[in-house]
Amino acid sequence: MVLVAFQILVLSVIAGIFGSILGLGGGIIITPALTLLFGIDIRYAIGASIISVIATSSGAAVAYVRDKITNMRIGMFLEIATTIGAITGAFVSGLIDTKYLYVIFGILLLYSALAMLKKRSKELPEGVVAHPIANKLKLNGEYHDKVLNKDIIYNVTGVYGGFGMMYVAGVISGLLGIGSGMFKVMAMDLFMKLPLKVSSATSNFMIGVTAAASAGVYLLRGDIDPKISAPVALGVLIGATIGAKIMENLRSKTIRMIFIPVLAFVSIQMIIKGLGVKL
Amino acid sequence: MIKSNKIEEMEITISNVLKLGVLLSAVIIFIGLSMFLITGKSGYSGNYYPTNPLEILKGLILFKSYSIILTGLLILILTPVFRVGVSIIVFFQEKDFLYVKITSLVFIILLISFILGKIE
Repeated sequence: MVLVAFQILVLSVIAGIFGSILGLGGGIIITPALTLLFGIDIRYAIGASIISVIATSSGAAVAYVRDKITNMRIGMFLEIATTIGAITGAFVSGLIDTKYLYVIFGILLLYSALAMLKKRSKELPEGVVAHPIANKLKLNGEYHDKVLNKDIIYNVTGVYGGFGMMYVAGVISGLLGIGSGMFKVMAMDLFMKLPLKVSSATSNFMIGVTAAASAGVYLLRGDIDPKISAPVALGVLIGATIGAKIMENLRSKTIRMIFIPVLAFVSIQMIIKGLGVKL
Repeated sequence: MIKSNKIEEMEITISNVLKLGVLLSAVIIFIGLSMFLITGKSGYSGNYYPTNPLEILKGLILFKSYSIILTGLLILILTPVFRVGVSIIVFFQEKDFLYVKITSLVFIILLISFILGKIE
């Protein structure tokens, strides 16, 4: 028992590190690892992964908010779209065949992996003209980049596209129950043209808020098993604290190079699942 | 200049609230998990564990290890909610009323989704 708890803890530290660097929440590591390596029922694995998302978000946020990498205004503004999307998704979930959705969104993710690949040599977005709405909503911001050792002032564009994509991200998470962190980073990176670190940190903030809203339901349903979720929470909190420090000292280019294969892997996995191919 | 100072204050306040919540939950979960692993007793029979806040609170008073863990997890779940709540106050202090509205809207939508989930 002690050994298993310790193994889950170590695994969670790793999930927390990756989750906080990429702004994804670590659910993509926790759920398959708990079911495949530890033979834990998928129900409790998903319950633990919700806990891991919140732990990643709050654990990393302590550093990101203090160092002003998270753009709170963008996060709050986009959170409207995501939460409404999540409610929509939950409502229409019985009406749509999710098989096709896995394929469609899988392809969408794969496409965005390619779009990211094209941007791989760019450290920071260049020549971004602020959208009038972005000015009005005071979305443009600045942060101190530890690696480049300078203050980065950035403009925000594609507000409508980003907002729309966030709504879609919410619908997907409501429908398919998969972490929408990937779509959030994508919307901020490809549509709104934010610096990648800002996209990742802001996504980190948002996934925690969205997960907290659904965590209550999981708890009441009895999906959050204390003996599994406790080591996950502790491990991820430790990992996220370490990950936040690592992320601040990484170049955006490096973060992107970690992000792209993860994106490609998950998208292919989604397409396979949608097509019903058994591996 | 004054404005940027205020924003800085806001970020420090939010960061501190978070840190407190995260540390508190981590310590409580750690105590509960250690108790469970050392004594081997969850405080409940079989694989049972409480699933609603009232039952968790009752178990906490009786020092049941599972309830201690769940109390810590509950605090962790609430940290993002606190974060949104504190942001409303801070935006209000900043007199940024547009964002008081936006953040309040997010807070209300969160409550609605929580209630909808409960019915489901």
